[in-house]
Amino acid sequence: MISAHLPALQVALPLIAAPLMVLVRRGGIAYGMMLAVAWISLLISLLLAQQVADHGPISYHLGSWAPPWGIEYRVDALSAFVLVLVSLAAAAVVPYSRRSVEAEVSREQHYLFYAMFALCLTGLLGITITGDAFNIFVFLEVSSLSTYVLIALGRDRRALTAAYQYLIMGTIGATFIVIGVGLLYLMTGSLNLVDIAQRLPDVAERRPVLAALAFLTVGISLKLALFPLHLWLPNAYTYAPSSISAFLAATATKVSVYVLIRFYYSVFGETLVFKELPVPLVLLALSLAAMFIASFAALYQENLKRLFAYSSVAQIGYITLGLSLDSVGGLSAAIVHLFNHALAKGALFMLLGGIMLRTGGVSLHCVCGLARRMPLTTFGIVIAGLSLIGVPGTAGFVSKWALITAALEAGLWWLVLLIVASSLLAVAYVWRFVEAAYLRAPAPEATEKIEAPWSMLVPAWVLVALSVYLGFDTRFTLGGATRAAQMLFGAGG
Amino acid sequence: MSAAGHFAYWVTIFLLMAGLYILIARGNLIKKLVGMSIFQTSVYLLYIAPGKLIGGTAPIFAEQFKVYSNPLPHVLILTAIVVGVATLALGLALVVRIREAYDTIEEDEILALDDKLEREKE
Repeated sequence: MISAHLPALQVALPLIAAPLMVLVRRGGIAYGMMLAVAWISLLISLLLAQQVADHGPISYHLGSWAPPWGIEYRVDALSAFVLVLVSLAAAAVVPYSRRSVEAEVSREQHYLFYAMFALCLTGLLGITITGDAFNIFVFLEVSSLSTYVLIALGRDRRALTAAYQYLIMGTIGATFIVIGVGLLYLMTGSLNLVDIAQRLPDVAERRPVLAALAFLTVGISLKLALFPLHLWLPNAYTYAPSSISAFLAATATKVSVYVLIRFYYSVFGETLVFKELPVPLVLLALSLAAMFIASFAALYQENLKRLFAYSSVAQIGYITLGLSLDSVGGLSAAIVHLFNHALAKGALFMLLGGIMLRTGGVSLHCVCGLARRMPLTTFGIVIAGLSLIGVPGTAGFVSKWALITAALEAGLWWLVLLIVASSLLAVAYVWRFVEAAYLRAPAPEATEKIEAPWSMLVPAWVLVALSVYLGFDTRFTLGGATRAAQMLFGAGG
Repeated sequence: MSAAGHFAYWVTIFLLMAGLYILIARGNLIKKLVGMSIFQTSVYLLYIAPGKLIGGTAPIFAEQFKVYSNPLPHVLILTAIVVGVATLALGLALVVRIREAYDTIEEDEILALDDKLEREKE
């Protein structure tokens, strides 16, 4: 009985929890509620993924209004996959938040922090699950507005300017998305994604449709921090509270990638976007630029959070690179990298939060000789870093391998060389951390052990362990991604 | 349709470009938000103008009404207005906090202050 309403519950649960947290005004209770919400969300998303795997896509009619008039929630292989990713990230970050928030956010704001967190989760889950174009915009703004607030809660005053900058760029992106959706609505008279896709081929006037595609591409690219629209990302990740850096790095850009894939494959169709227009070429060029320029930028950062933020921009380059190959292999490489990178980056930022808590900073000179003082934290960062590089035995290798295979299938051997070359850059920036933490001596007066608290280590290590485990068992990740890619190509023609 | 028939679109495009220009060109954080607001408002027009038919009424099902305006764009834009107001309010709140922290709301002065802090650290 209740299993029929899981799609609605997935979004409604955090949405209802948020105002309740504001009403109770107690940080501790709000934390407990958020923990329950995050874990139940994970459970719901896993159940949904199971249902989709068993019975095919779920179409849930909100308030029993039939689409295209009512809003439809649609769970298919791709959205189920992203739902699991988002709720998994939340389930890991929330228990971690308790200690890190106590240290970074003033006490009377704790309940507001968790309320915003719940809203952010609502938005991200909503974007993923909804089958309605305007609904995507609304959820996007729900998640964005709460994200701006969460970033501004950072201790450093630069968190404020980072939040402001993100607000400006995020709003430009969101407005571009509304314009795109508006043009689609004008041409097709529908907002339901499936319905739009069916009506688009009959539209005689092509120009507004192409304009819609352009507006949506630029708008979504701003939100997913595609190079060179990534300028908001490094500051936002650097100055946000640690747990928020971890949550955003694992989810926000990934959900935007999902929206881009959804519009390209399920709405406009693969033929229009990839065959008739030079979209793959543009994506390819920008992805390569991201992979190299952002990796080089990462090499010169002193602040570790900023270093790994630039690395995120580079890694998003791999995801869009997979997209640009326009094949089942490329698309599934993109989707699987979305998941694997989210795990590694989430773990990294969580562990960096532990360093922040114990040493008061995350610049490279703060971590000198830290391997002796915080062995578990540094070792975790090294393993997550190996996954970023794509060393065999980690999840990162699976997605890099899928990407290289797809590039070879397309006959682009030079691309393989470039992928390997940019991985070497990743080796270089991860090595900077290793060198500082393992090879340099700590300051003589600081030798006692200061390992991060368990409540922060365990969630981070769960993600680290998953990163290793998923390097061997690829049934869920690569299997799920391949199913999603096959479905999208099947739907696209 | 003639250029005059597209009047609403010309206004939309003008507002869109004007807003975006202010957003990019101005260094004052408040003026940027004004630009952002104009930019968002232009989209309301893009939605609403095509939904209105001259002489059209609200969709009331009765004998004497033949031509209806489409109410859906209005409803959508009502949502977008709410989002716009929330964004503007949040933006202004951030500017207040920035002013408290930096004592200025000029972008270049804020960047200069941050740079100075960075150099002092090293």
